[in-house]
Amino acid sequence: MEPVNTYRSGPDEQGHFGMFGGRYVAETLMPLILELEEAWHAARKDPEFQAELEHWAKHYIGRPSPLYYAQRLTEHLGGAKVYFKRDELNHTGAHKINNTVGQILLAKRMGKTRIIAETGAGQHGVATATVCAKVGLPCVVYMGETDIARQAPNVFRMKLLGAEVVPVVSGSRTLKDAMNEALRDWVTNVESTFYIIGTAAGPHPYPELVREFQSIIGRETREQMMEAEGRLPDALVACIGGGSNAIGLFHPFLDDPDVAIYGVEAAGHGIESGQHAASIAGGRPGVLHGNRTYLLQNEDGQITEAHSISAGLDYPGIGPEHAWLADSGRVTYVSATDKEALEAFQLCTRMEGIIPALEPAHALAYVTKLAPTMDKDKIIVMNMCGRGDKDVFTVAEALGVSL
Amino acid sequence: MSATRIDRRFAALKKEGRAGLVAYVMAGNPDLETSFEIFRGLPGAGVDVIELGMCFTDPMADGPTIQVAGQRALRAGMTLRKTLELVRRFRKEDNDTPIVLMGYYNPIYAYGNEAFLADAREAGLDGLIIVDLPPEEDSELCLPTVKAGLNWIRLATPTTDAKRLPAVLANTSGFLYYVSITGITGSASADAGDVAKAVERLHAKSDLPVAVGFGIRTPEQAADIARVADAAVVGSAFCQTVADSLDEKGRAKPDCVANVLALARALGDGVRGARS
Ligand SMILES: Cc1ncc(COP(=O)(O)O)c(C=O)c1O
Repeated sequence: MEPVNTYRSGPDEQGHFGMFGGRYVAETLMPLILELEEAWHAARKDPEFQAELEHWAKHYIGRPSPLYYAQRLTEHLGGAKVYFKRDELNHTGAHKINNTVGQILLAKRMGKTRIIAETGAGQHGVATATVCAKVGLPCVVYMGETDIARQAPNVFRMKLLGAEVVPVVSGSRTLKDAMNEALRDWVTNVESTFYIIGTAAGPHPYPELVREFQSIIGRETREQMMEAEGRLPDALVACIGGGSNAIGLFHPFLDDPDVAIYGVEAAGHGIESGQHAASIAGGRPGVLHGNRTYLLQNEDGQITEAHSISAGLDYPGIGPEHAWLADSGRVTYVSATDKEALEAFQLCTRMEGIIPALEPAHALAYVTKLAPTMDKDKIIVMNMCGRGDKDVFTVAEALGVSL
Repeated sequence: MSATRIDRRFAALKKEGRAGLVAYVMAGNPDLETSFEIFRGLPGAGVDVIELGMCFTDPMADGPTIQVAGQRALRAGMTLRKTLELVRRFRKEDNDTPIVLMGYYNPIYAYGNEAFLADAREAGLDGLIIVDLPPEEDSELCLPTVKAGLNWIRLATPTTDAKRLPAVLANTSGFLYYVSITGITGSASADAGDVAKAVERLHAKSDLPVAVGFGIRTPEQAADIARVADAAVVGSAFCQTVADSLDEKGRAKPDCVANVLALARALGDGVRGARS
C-alpha cells in the first residue's frame, strides 16, 4: 500500500476506505441511503445539531466519561501505566449510547417515525430502545434467538423500555442474521423507518457517521490525557466487534505516529480452532451487509459462523475502516481467546472493583500482555467500553457456578 | 453488444404478441440432480426465461421461502462452481432459453470476477442480476460483465423516482426487472393498476422489456401482470412447491419435479391467455 499523509481523511465520496467500504445494497434502499447521506452531511455542519448532541451527551449520557488510572492493575502488571476510558459509566452501561443519541437526532431531523435496530449482546438494542423511549418513537429490535437466550437481562430491559424484540430464527441466529432481518424490514418500510445501525459497519454513510458519533471517546481522551500526564499516550487498546468503540477511541489519534494502536478481536476457542470471531486474523475480503471488508467465509464466499463468549463480538465481519487500517499497517490487530477474556474479567473485577463487560475484557486481556513489555514511564489507554452486569450469567456458567 | 439469447427471446415474444414467463428456481434445491431435472424441464413447461438462483448464507433481500430454499441447497453442498456446471449441462440440450443468474455478490467475488465471467460465458450463461450491486458500484462487476458480452439486468423499485431512474437504466441490458413492491421476495403482491402505471413510466424512458416480479404466485396474478408488462417473474411459489414436495427427511418425493413443472405450466397458460 502507498504511504499516506493522513489516516483521517476517509471515506471518499463513494464511501470507500481504500478498497473497503462502499454501498452494496439492494436498489430499493439506494435512494434512502443517499437521502441519509445528504441529511447527515447537513446535520454535521449545523451548529444547532451539534449543540443538541452536546446537550444530550452531557445531561443524558453523562459525558465526559472519566479517564481513570488503574493503579493496582498497573502495579500488578509491572510495566506501563494503564488508564481506562470509562465509557462503561455512560447511561445504559456502554459506549453504544453515544451512537444511538446521534442517530435518533438524525432520524428526527429526517422526519422518520419508526426506528429499527439489530443487536447482538443487547447493548445496542438497549441503547436504541432507550433513546426511542426518550423521544417517543416506536422501536423494533431484531435479535438472534441464540443471543436472546444468552442475554436475557437485556431482552427484558428493551421490553421495559417499550421496544418490540423480534427473535431472528434464520441462519446462525446471531448478530449477522439480526442485521439481515433489520435490512429486510428496512427494504419493506422504507418511507417511515430509520435504521439505527449499532456499529461502524454497513453501507456508506454508516461507518462514517457511527465513527463521528463515537469519536467523542477519543477526543475526550486526548484532552484528559493532556491534563493528567501532559502528553499523549504511547498505546491505545480497544476490543473489536464491528469496531465502533475502537474507531471512536482510535480516530482522533490516527495521525499521531508515536501512539501505537491495537485492536483486539475475539479469538474464541483459538484462531487455529476455526471457532472464533477474528475476521482480520482469520478472514478474507468480501462483501456483506452493504460493505466490503474482512469476513469469515468459506472458499465459495459463504459466510461462516463466528464464535465468541462475548455476544457483542460474535460477528463474522469488521467495520471497513478497520479493514483499511489493518492493510495500511497503521493499527495492529491482535486477538484474545474466550479463556483469556474470562481471566482478564476476573482480574479487573478484583483488582479495580470494576466489572467489565466481556467485550472490553478482551481488550484488557491484551493489555495484560502488552503492559509488562513496556517501560514504567509509558502509558496505555484502554477503552472500558461496557460494564459487565449483563454478563454475570455467562461468566457464572463459564466458571461452573450455578446461580 | 450483439443480440443475446435474452434479446432474441424478448423480440420473439413481442412478435408473438404476448408476455413472457420468467421462472426463478434455486440451483441445488433440494439437491443437485433434482434441481437439474426441474431446470431442464422448465422450457418444455412453458417458461420463457430462467432465473437460476445461486444460494447465499445471507440473502438480505429474500423472504423466508427463498431463504430456506438457499439453506437447503447449501446443506446439499451447492456452490457457485456447481451452479455453473448445471448451466453447462443445460446448454448441451437447449441452446435457446435464456438463463440469468440471480443472487448476491460475495460468492462471485470469492470466485474471482474475471474467472467467473470467463467460466459463466463458457458455460452458456446470458445475464446477471446481482441484488447488492447498485449502479454506484458499477465498476466492480457490471462494466466487466457488459464487456464480456453478458446482460446486466437491474432492479427498478417503487423507490426508483425520476431522479434515480437514469442511474438504474445506465448499463442495463436484456430487460429491466421491476420489483413491484418495496419489500422482500415472497411478500404480498402489488396492485395491478399501480404496476401498469409503473411499467408505463419505465417504457417511456427505456426501450428495454420490463419484467415484473415479487409477490406473483398464481396463474391469475401472472395473467394480470402479463396484461401490463413484458414478462411476469415467479420465484417464491416455485421454491414453495419444492418445499411442499419433500418427505419428512427433507428429500425430494418422487413427484417433486412434476409438481414444480405443473406449476410452471399453469403459470405459462395464465401468461399466454392473458391478452387473448
Ligand atoms: C460493551 C460492548 N463493547 C463492544 C461491543 C462491540 O461492538 P463495537 O466493536 O462496535 O464496539 C459491544 C457490542 O454489543 C458491546 O456491547
